[in-house]
Amino acid sequence: MQEFVNLTLGGVITGSVYAAFALALVLIWRSTRIVNFAQGAMAALTTFIAIALIDAGQSYWVGLVVALLSGLVIGAVVERVVIRPVEGGPELNAVIVTLGLFIAIQALISVLFGVNQRAFVPPFSNIGFRIGDTTLGSLSPNTVYTLIAVLLVMVALIALFRFTRLGLAMRASAFGQEVARLLGVRVGRMLTLGWALAAVVGSLAGMLIAAETAFVAPTFMDSLIVFGFVAAVLGGLDSPIGAVVGGLVLGVALSYVRGYLGDTLVGLAALVILVVVLLVRPGGLFSTTQTRRA
Amino acid sequence: MSDLQTPASASAAGAATSEAPTTATAASNASSAQATGGRSFLPRNTLLRHLLVLVLCAVGAVLLLESTDLGFNAQVGYVAFYAIAAGGLTLLTGLNGQISLGHGALMAVGGYTTALLLDVEEPLPLVVVFLIAVALTSVVGAIVGVAAARLHGPYLAGATLALAVGLPGLALHFDDLLGGEQGLTVSTPDRPDWFTEIIRTLSGNPASGVKWIAYISVACLLVTYFLLANLMRSRVGRTWRAVRDQEVAAELSGINLGAWRVVAFVVSAAAAGLAGAVLALVVRLTAPTAFTIVLSLSLLTAIVIGGLGSLLGALIGSALLVFLPRLLRDAGESLDMDAAQAAEISYVVYGVILVLVMLFAPAGLVGSVRLALMKQRARRAAGRARG
Amino acid sequence: MAAATVATTLAACGGGDSGGGGGGGGSEENEASDIGITEDTIKLGAHYPLTGVAAPGYSEIPTGVEAYFDYVNANGGVNGRQIEFVYRDDAYNPTNTSQIVNQLVLEDEVFAIMSGLGTPTHNAVTDFLNSENVPDLFVSSGSRLWDDVEEKPYTFGWQPDYEIEGKIIGQYVAENFPDAKVGLFLQGDDFGEDGAAGARQYLEDQIVAEETYVPGNTDVVPQISALQAAGADLVLGFNVPSYTALSQLTALRLGYQPQWFYSNVGSDPALVGSLLARFSEGAVSDASLLDGVLTTEYIPGLDAPDNPWVQLWQQVWEESGQEGELTNYRIYGMSQAYTMVQALQSAGQNPTRDDLVAAVEQAGSEWEGPGFTPFRYSEDRHAGYSGMLVSRLQGEGSEDLTPILVTDNGDAEIEELDGEPASPPENGIPEEEPIN
Repeated sequence: MQEFVNLTLGGVITGSVYAAFALALVLIWRSTRIVNFAQGAMAALTTFIAIALIDAGQSYWVGLVVALLSGLVIGAVVERVVIRPVEGGPELNAVIVTLGLFIAIQALISVLFGVNQRAFVPPFSNIGFRIGDTTLGSLSPNTVYTLIAVLLVMVALIALFRFTRLGLAMRASAFGQEVARLLGVRVGRMLTLGWALAAVVGSLAGMLIAAETAFVAPTFMDSLIVFGFVAAVLGGLDSPIGAVVGGLVLGVALSYVRGYLGDTLVGLAALVILVVVLLVRPGGLFSTTQTRRA
Repeated sequence: MSDLQTPASASAAGAATSEAPTTATAASNASSAQATGGRSFLPRNTLLRHLLVLVLCAVGAVLLLESTDLGFNAQVGYVAFYAIAAGGLTLLTGLNGQISLGHGALMAVGGYTTALLLDVEEPLPLVVVFLIAVALTSVVGAIVGVAAARLHGPYLAGATLALAVGLPGLALHFDDLLGGEQGLTVSTPDRPDWFTEIIRTLSGNPASGVKWIAYISVACLLVTYFLLANLMRSRVGRTWRAVRDQEVAAELSGINLGAWRVVAFVVSAAAAGLAGAVLALVVRLTAPTAFTIVLSLSLLTAIVIGGLGSLLGALIGSALLVFLPRLLRDAGESLDMDAAQAAEISYVVYGVILVLVMLFAPAGLVGSVRLALMKQRARRAAGRARG
Repeated sequence: MAAATVATTLAACGGGDSGGGGGGGGSEENEASDIGITEDTIKLGAHYPLTGVAAPGYSEIPTGVEAYFDYVNANGGVNGRQIEFVYRDDAYNPTNTSQIVNQLVLEDEVFAIMSGLGTPTHNAVTDFLNSENVPDLFVSSGSRLWDDVEEKPYTFGWQPDYEIEGKIIGQYVAENFPDAKVGLFLQGDDFGEDGAAGARQYLEDQIVAEETYVPGNTDVVPQISALQAAGADLVLGFNVPSYTALSQLTALRLGYQPQWFYSNVGSDPALVGSLLARFSEGAVSDASLLDGVLTTEYIPGLDAPDNPWVQLWQQVWEESGQEGELTNYRIYGMSQAYTMVQALQSAGQNPTRDDLVAAVEQAGSEWEGPGFTPFRYSEDRHAGYSGMLVSRLQGEGSEDLTPILVTDNGDAEIEELDGEPASPPENGIPEEEPIN
């Protein structure tokens, strides 16, 4: 029973980080119809910047703010410099650009910070809460922080898109660039903003997962990009709610697989879950629109 | 490969302006157009022309392998298996418009089949082993294809990505049969005496295991590209293009979209299966770490950088996969970096090169050259028309 | 093509074969006796993961190998020959490994391959190396695959294999913790499997749970909670150092406090300690988490700073002028390089590749070096070190709990080693007699 509880809670935590990461992918997909494979590497870079600061004696919070800000800058620069020229072009070209970025940024991290693992001390204690005699290893002050952070981001994004003019302009740019332009929306700026925001969310996911796993190497986001993408697709790439639900479903399901069936089947389980969902709903769980026909 | 000798004709310029993502697929469209095009010194009949090119390429390959050292011979095998898989993928993605991030997993099916079949007392002839590997991978491809036919764009990308991550896990789970993490070793099949004889008569070079594998790989590559080139030029190829570019129109004219998509997947899976079989022979091992997502993404990179939809592009892209990192690393080492720095820096530069090619040659290397040629011809034709 | 010649070619004094170090009779002239050997150089190749997921830690091994070869070269090389050590990145992908080893053998034309790292990666190249008759010495992996004289006459292991380590650990636990409920925490490959098989020879009745992780999955909460749920009060870990750190932290999170026993690969107290140290600064706990953890040792490491070998390595590392601190990975590389120099000396002044193999087979079991035990090399066996001792980590150092134990695969008995570990020679360079 204790094991089941731990697995469930652990799944929720991992799932919430998947969700944050999937949210970042959804943001970019909605604004530019591009799947950003460099998301993980970008987040790893900002996390390593934060680690460098923390190792130099700064607090976690300084590191976090700098990581998010550098995410903002990196996201905007990447969109402006290398994504803009391939936007609206063949979708595969954009994929290759983001793959190229992924390879280059990940190697750059090794060049700048070395290949070895770094310890990442979480901002809050990682020791599980105790209930009577049992320790809930998966529910600690830090995991509560992780959950709250992801929730906050979700609420903030929903508020941004639902209730602000800026959010409205971003949505308009995403769905009909020409119309948006006619209505006076500065579409280019909105797209840059979309990438920048996504990179901030991605950076946050990086900081959160680093605190959960405790030890990070330049490749530490590799599995997150895979499962974050699977989560986003599971939920439906157009839907932020879908990303969150997809992330949680995937996180919990994979945690059970890990606990009861073994580590080796995790990838296969993700495949099975995704295929089953997509066979029933080819556009993901929360697809709202009819799948676009190319 | 078949694109090697045939210059794009002036009429191709017109064909390439269909409303599809023009630039990226210029290479494939051009090749379809030139089949009808005018002045070529090669035979009109597609099959004959391809046969001629096949023979020329075979002769060229022998010359290449016999005039270079054993070290280069060994590298050729790597280019070959990447190119075989990339050829199949460029058909699927370039002609039929379906993305796959999971072809590395399909290669694993071919590779493991080969490893298992060769690891017995009296193994079947190599050709039979390869055919079984191809057949089995095609079956897996058909299953994946049925699921994939309903999916579009990123959803297909996500599903195939999960395939690439999930399938190699089977080798860990069934480690008694599939060898687990350390993999299955593949010993080189004995080379027949006639091969040793032929090589000695041809060039006087000693035949070795490395050379034997190089020849097997190149033979597989040539046969695969010959078959793919014919398929791409045939009615089947045209139908695939129609399914890609004119979904609605194709459906209205009675084409069963789903079925054609599945067939495309099966064909490209067959190529991936053969590529996996060749990989098993060249690397002499099949292990999960050899079939990671990196492999699948490399294949995609090869076909887009080379020029989507073009077999020549797939070949060039594959050669870049093998030689570019190595050149970059050697360059780094000649600048007095230690091996670790050189390896890291070479990846930084490699990634940047991928980005730059996409920014400055969005149709890939072959596609961009072809587009430039077309523009030049069009300009000349226009000049003639005016004058 | 620009070959990556990593050895610093310190101007060899004079050019004659007056250079010291080598044992053999100095009357003969140096000749280019085989591929990769010239009158004044000898070229060795290796593959390691320098990038990617396996790079942390392992990428330091070649810097250690290189540092020791630099040291030997600066003191005249082996038989007047400078060692050129060429190593390349394979990113822990067997496809890359086979590609770069092809290149090392066919293009760089190395005399021998040494220290190739990793089971799946090196497994891809043994067939090629053996069919090309290239010596494949001292593989950096404790798999039993390298001890196969029939199929792989040119391949030799180096470190004690995981099975004999499992046996020694198993027997120690059975004797000293007869009532313990034992849980196994295993890496999902031959390392975990062979280690568990060895331990099970002695602990079959005591084992209550076996949990496996796949390298790359950073969440071991499921595994550790399963061990906890099964009531294991002593956990044997056959895992790499990062998973030692991870399992320690995870156990802390779960409030799980068994006796931990990590195999040699995973214990690396300096590395794990530095990773965990950041956590003891406040957020997590007070004392060093590793205190009281049991482990095994077969070569002296950083936890024994007064050991003459470790002092030698410290000196070699400082003289090499490379960046970074001395680490146990670098010590591992230096120890391998030391064995390699012994092999080259035993092979004689003008060796062929076959001479090198014969030298290891005939003289290898006699070599004295940093290892606590002799190698098991002979014409019938290509297995590395024959044993180790059990120790307990304490603060910065460790305390030996057993004498040095030697054994062999299968049901061979575990025995105490007669004699004392060797000390390093005065100048830090071995002097082996040539076998012929």
